[in-house]
Amino acid sequence: MPDVVFMLLFFFMVTTKMRETNINVEQRMPQATQLKKLAKKSLVAYLYVGAPKKAEEFGIEPKIQANDVFIETKGIIQWVNSEKAKQDEVDRDAITVSLKVDNAAKRGLIADVETELRRANARKILYSANQRIEKD
Amino acid sequence: MARSTPEIPNASMADIAFLLLTFFLMTTTVSSDKGLLLFLPPPPEALPPTDVEIQERNLFKIQINSSDKLLIEGEPWVSTNRDLTDKIKVFIMNNGQDPASSDNPEKAIVSLKADRGTTHKMFIEILDAVQAAYHEIYAERAGVTVKDWREISSDPENAQKPEWKQLYDRGRGVRPDGSVEIPMALSIAEPTKAGGS
Repeated sequence: MPDVVFMLLFFFMVTTKMRETNINVEQRMPQATQLKKLAKKSLVAYLYVGAPKKAEEFGIEPKIQANDVFIETKGIIQWVNSEKAKQDEVDRDAITVSLKVDNAAKRGLIADVETELRRANARKILYSANQRIEKD
Repeated sequence: MARSTPEIPNASMADIAFLLLTFFLMTTTVSSDKGLLLFLPPPPEALPPTDVEIQERNLFKIQINSSDKLLIEGEPWVSTNRDLTDKIKVFIMNNGQDPASSDNPEKAIVSLKADRGTTHKMFIEILDAVQAAYHEIYAERAGVTVKDWREISSDPENAQKPEWKQLYDRGRGVRPDGSVEIPMALSIAEPTKAGGS
């Protein structure tokens, strides 16, 4: 019995990856069917978009979060460049931006983010979504 | 006098292990990074000014307003997303049969225009329906299931298996000169501002 428990324990200890960022925005993912998986996890940068969890402090308008801080759309190019700088030189333009966008966020804001990403030459993006369970 | 070797009490060992186990169980997040993959066009400033007239018949117009209502080819849409996917498939693979629909898959463009007030949920649903149409066409041509196709096409440059690259090219109909018979021509237009946000 303890052996089994230890085995499980080691398994989880090894596989656990502590989340580095605290997500400060609402995250209810939309559902979709045509999901694709990202091949290279190391080449992914994350942007979180949604209404702030602390509405009394940050208001109810959806905001963009990158690495623990809220950024404005204007700051996206700078953020992309700093994310690219973390990668090896050969991989820099292969970076994928994973957009984790809350259901209730409005298209206007996301379109602004897209435009900035295009300017920053990070044109491969992934709209994070959950698998839709087909009912039929 | 033989001294008894001191022993570490091990009755609580399992308890401690369980405690740790529970801790790791609860903190573990299965990182599932899945979603809809999209390639954005070059920045608006870098695009050459074009006056290319796209024929009306080669354009499949999808519009979403700020209250998440759909307008497909100018008509209000009341049916399901599944029907929308089928309609898009018919449009792409028309090959000039219906004079009101596309000339050929290469010219066919699906235009998706939302409002600034459209919710992300709705936008993703429609984007999903459009991608489903293309994926189903590709998968059928390559002779694989849609699920396999998505895996094949998620990273065609660094395919895990050598035959995937061939399947990928076959699905999209890559000609010897490098052009593609059925490109995924999805145009996401700048959102309208009618909804005011």
